[in-house]
Amino acid sequence: MTFYTILFYILAALIIVTTGLAITRRNMVHTIVYLVFSFFGSAMLFYLLGAPLLAALEVIIYAGAIMILFLFIIMMLKEEAPESRLFPFRQWLPATLLGFAYLVLGSLLVVSADPETGEPLQIATASPAMFGEYLFRTHWLAIEIASLLLLIALVGALRLGRFDESESRKAEDAS
Amino acid sequence: MIVPYNHVLILAGILFLMGMFCATARRNLIMIVVGLEIMLNAASVAFIGAALRWQHMEGQAIVLFIFAVAATEVSVGLALIVSAYRRTGSVDPGMFK
Repeated sequence: MTFYTILFYILAALIIVTTGLAITRRNMVHTIVYLVFSFFGSAMLFYLLGAPLLAALEVIIYAGAIMILFLFIIMMLKEEAPESRLFPFRQWLPATLLGFAYLVLGSLLVVSADPETGEPLQIATASPAMFGEYLFRTHWLAIEIASLLLLIALVGALRLGRFDESESRKAEDAS
Repeated sequence: MIVPYNHVLILAGILFLMGMFCATARRNLIMIVVGLEIMLNAASVAFIGAALRWQHMEGQAIVLFIFAVAATEVSVGLALIVSAYRRTGSVDPGMFK
């Protein structure tokens, strides 16, 4: 057992604990703060697994931008206490049980399938320069499509978030 | 030497299951989007482990595109939630018939 192995298990435990805390909190702000910790843990895991550029992007995009966006929306919406935090048991229990069954089956499969996957991973790092060159050499079209996707998301969010005047007028007439 | 690829996959599976629980069981529209984020993150963990396992950068490239899709999905999803909140005054998915 090397130093990196111990690091991996500590990081994995931290990620699972913080995510588990996040999905069970009643207060949504606490959820988001725990999730930021979880994504920091994921970023460190990415670094450990040899992806420094993606670790930085995880901190910037996930823990930074996306979680702050969630915080803004939570602050915009009025705080309300729904009568029950969870859906009725019978609605979600089958889905979760089936998911758990798949997890157990998948774990068994993963543990028993290929003896080669049981070998420990070797340390290797893809330097950001190498990764960027590879990305723009082989995936330039996909990058353009991703940028187009982000543009479409911008337009869609603007269209959805715009205050609909005709609708508010209708509401005023009705009241 | 870090750990076998199996253990990375099992970690990703547990994370994915947590995200699925959050998306199906919590009675809140925002928590559904949070669950989707957790599931996408679990997929990224599996891809990065695979990239190291086969010493190939393809997996890392896919993770970059997962980031782009996650950002898109969260912006449109939150805009939808705000627009739904304006209509019904609630973020409870049970209120939308």
